[in-house]
Amino acid sequence: MDLMEYQAKELFARHGVPVTLGRVIDDSADAAAAAAELGGRVVVKAQVKTGGRGKAGGVKLAATPDEAVAKASEILGMDIKGHTVRRVLLAPAADIADEYYLSFLIDRANREYLCISSTEGGVEIEEVAHTNPDAIAKVPIDPVVGVDEAKAAEIVAAAGFPAEATSVVRRLWDVFIAEDASLVEVNPLVRLSDGSLEALDGKVTLDDNAAYRHPDHAGFTDHAAGDPLEAAAFEKGLNYVKLDGSVGIIGNGAGLVMSTLDVVAYAGSQYGVKPANFLDIGGGASAEVMANGLGIILSDPQVRSVFVNVFGGITACDAVSNGIVQALELLGSRADKPLVVRLDGNNVEEGRKILAQANHPLVTVVDTMDGAAALAAEKGL
Amino acid sequence: MAIFLTEKSRVVIQGMTGSEGQKHTSRMLAAGTEVVGGVTPGKGGQSVDFAKRSIPVYGSCADAVNATGADVSVVFVPPRFTKGAVLEAVDAGIPLVVVITEGVPVHDTAAFFAAAEANGTRVIGPNCPGIISPGLANAGIIPADIAGPGRIGLVSKSGTLTYQMMYELRDFGFSSAIGIGGDPIIGTTHIDALQAFQDDPDTDAIVMIGEIGGDAEERAASFIKENVTKPVVGYVAGFTAPEGKTMGHAGAIVSGSSGTAAAKQEALEAAGVRVGKTPTETADLLRTVLTPTPSAPPTVASLP
Repeated sequence: MDLMEYQAKELFARHGVPVTLGRVIDDSADAAAAAAELGGRVVVKAQVKTGGRGKAGGVKLAATPDEAVAKASEILGMDIKGHTVRRVLLAPAADIADEYYLSFLIDRANREYLCISSTEGGVEIEEVAHTNPDAIAKVPIDPVVGVDEAKAAEIVAAAGFPAEATSVVRRLWDVFIAEDASLVEVNPLVRLSDGSLEALDGKVTLDDNAAYRHPDHAGFTDHAAGDPLEAAAFEKGLNYVKLDGSVGIIGNGAGLVMSTLDVVAYAGSQYGVKPANFLDIGGGASAEVMANGLGIILSDPQVRSVFVNVFGGITACDAVSNGIVQALELLGSRADKPLVVRLDGNNVEEGRKILAQANHPLVTVVDTMDGAAALAAEKGL
Repeated sequence: MAIFLTEKSRVVIQGMTGSEGQKHTSRMLAAGTEVVGGVTPGKGGQSVDFAKRSIPVYGSCADAVNATGADVSVVFVPPRFTKGAVLEAVDAGIPLVVVITEGVPVHDTAAFFAAAEANGTRVIGPNCPGIISPGLANAGIIPADIAGPGRIGLVSKSGTLTYQMMYELRDFGFSSAIGIGGDPIIGTTHIDALQAFQDDPDTDAIVMIGEIGGDAEERAASFIKENVTKPVVGYVAGFTAPEGKTMGHAGAIVSGSSGTAAAKQEALEAAGVRVGKTPTETADLLRTVLTPTPSAPPTVASLP
């Protein structure tokens, strides 16, 4: 789960990272009082889970409380890379002397951690990497040892930060480990004119697999900001991602479902037909899970056809077919779009026989994945 | 021959007394695997009865290794106990640990991988279907009846695409098929498997399946260019995945412009790997580089 800036700063504060929490508002009318409370001169920052807010006009300086209202109303409701701004953070304008960059992340290639730092903060780090790669320091971190005093000093020296940054580095490392984050990024980490350091922004990605260790993280989930179908699927424990096409997809296994989307997009390219969603129902594929999945997909008004693509590995195809038949019974008249089904693997003959006997008017069984994708794409037109 | 797992492998199952562990132990036994014991803390001295054999349960990996000489562990324990289970296997000196468990926190994986690496233990997974050397042994949950022994090596991030590809190429059969998992940190990489298949005299061609996220496929492509002389065909899933959305596997995410399927395909093709647009097309590409071995029709293991 990606956090918004104000949420990241809340976590930072819990671990003693110097931050100014400011005020979060979702109504521009509240901006005047909040700005006045923060000293009048504030920065109004869009709270969205994407980068490049500044460039998109989502971060603005307001010299007075009245101006804060005007800026907040400009930014609220704005669309930044497909994310609608529903909240803004008001923070006192800081008197910045230097801007740095610091992040801790998972180094997938080396299967350890990596600290990336630079004295050229405040701009996108990818840009610095491109224009001035020498300004970026990368320090690998052994997962067993972590960031101790010596490692923090090594990071600070490699980055070219002032020596007093060591404690901020260690506190940010605490956030990374103690909160089970897979990314902690501060850009910019600033040195203020009085010499003190502050995390002026924060980007944190929490590891969903570790959610059981952090019941308090549930409060960070922002269902309102997400897609309503994704929220409904999440409630039912389904692994669903909404896309913008017309062919609903159900499959088992993340890789096979991703592949199914691609094969449908490939088959549909001649008509401009695309997949409507990603939905992995996992190994079990019980009638209930199938009915829940079909229910979500059929409530997407863009869907014109559905492709059920299952490889019976552990699951037997006859169980999957029974699931489909029972799901269609459960859904009744809500099932009103053509269903193309492809089954292969364990007990496939029995599975196909069950669907043939059910003889449901909406269901067509096709033997191959590519053939089924072509038919589903055609029906998705 | 096969890679990592052979008919000589002596396998213990961590979590054998749980329902998943028990179900899959039974399947592994049916596939001819030499399962020598289970490990469940507090249940040492018990045993679990399967169709033809009773398998002893040990209270720790160390006890299991002492009693049986086990050299492979398959881990079926829940995510919150996985790190401890893997560390225990590493400490007991087991050289190959296959972690099936899905949903392991990445910091836990980082920790047990570091310990495994320091001890020279190979980890496969987590969040993977394991490895099968058809006709010899099966360590994990790959159904043994999809395809029999043959001369293709298969390495894949995805479980179901492993099954699909084995099914597509069941007339050829496989030396070994290995699902490495789609988590951000995994113990055995595409490169590790490619190296092993290159060195395996009984593997003639390799199928490599990747997916969005990270740059493992790009690195594998460079590795193939420099080190692999056997024919390799590839498949990459996730061309239609939107940026910033996790597609099922924890590591399957396009971040900004990195980790895209297109970049992976391009890197593989630049290394001379032919990449199929669909799993079926990928299987067809393999057919152009290899002819089926007439002596090896698929042997189907009987399942319980």
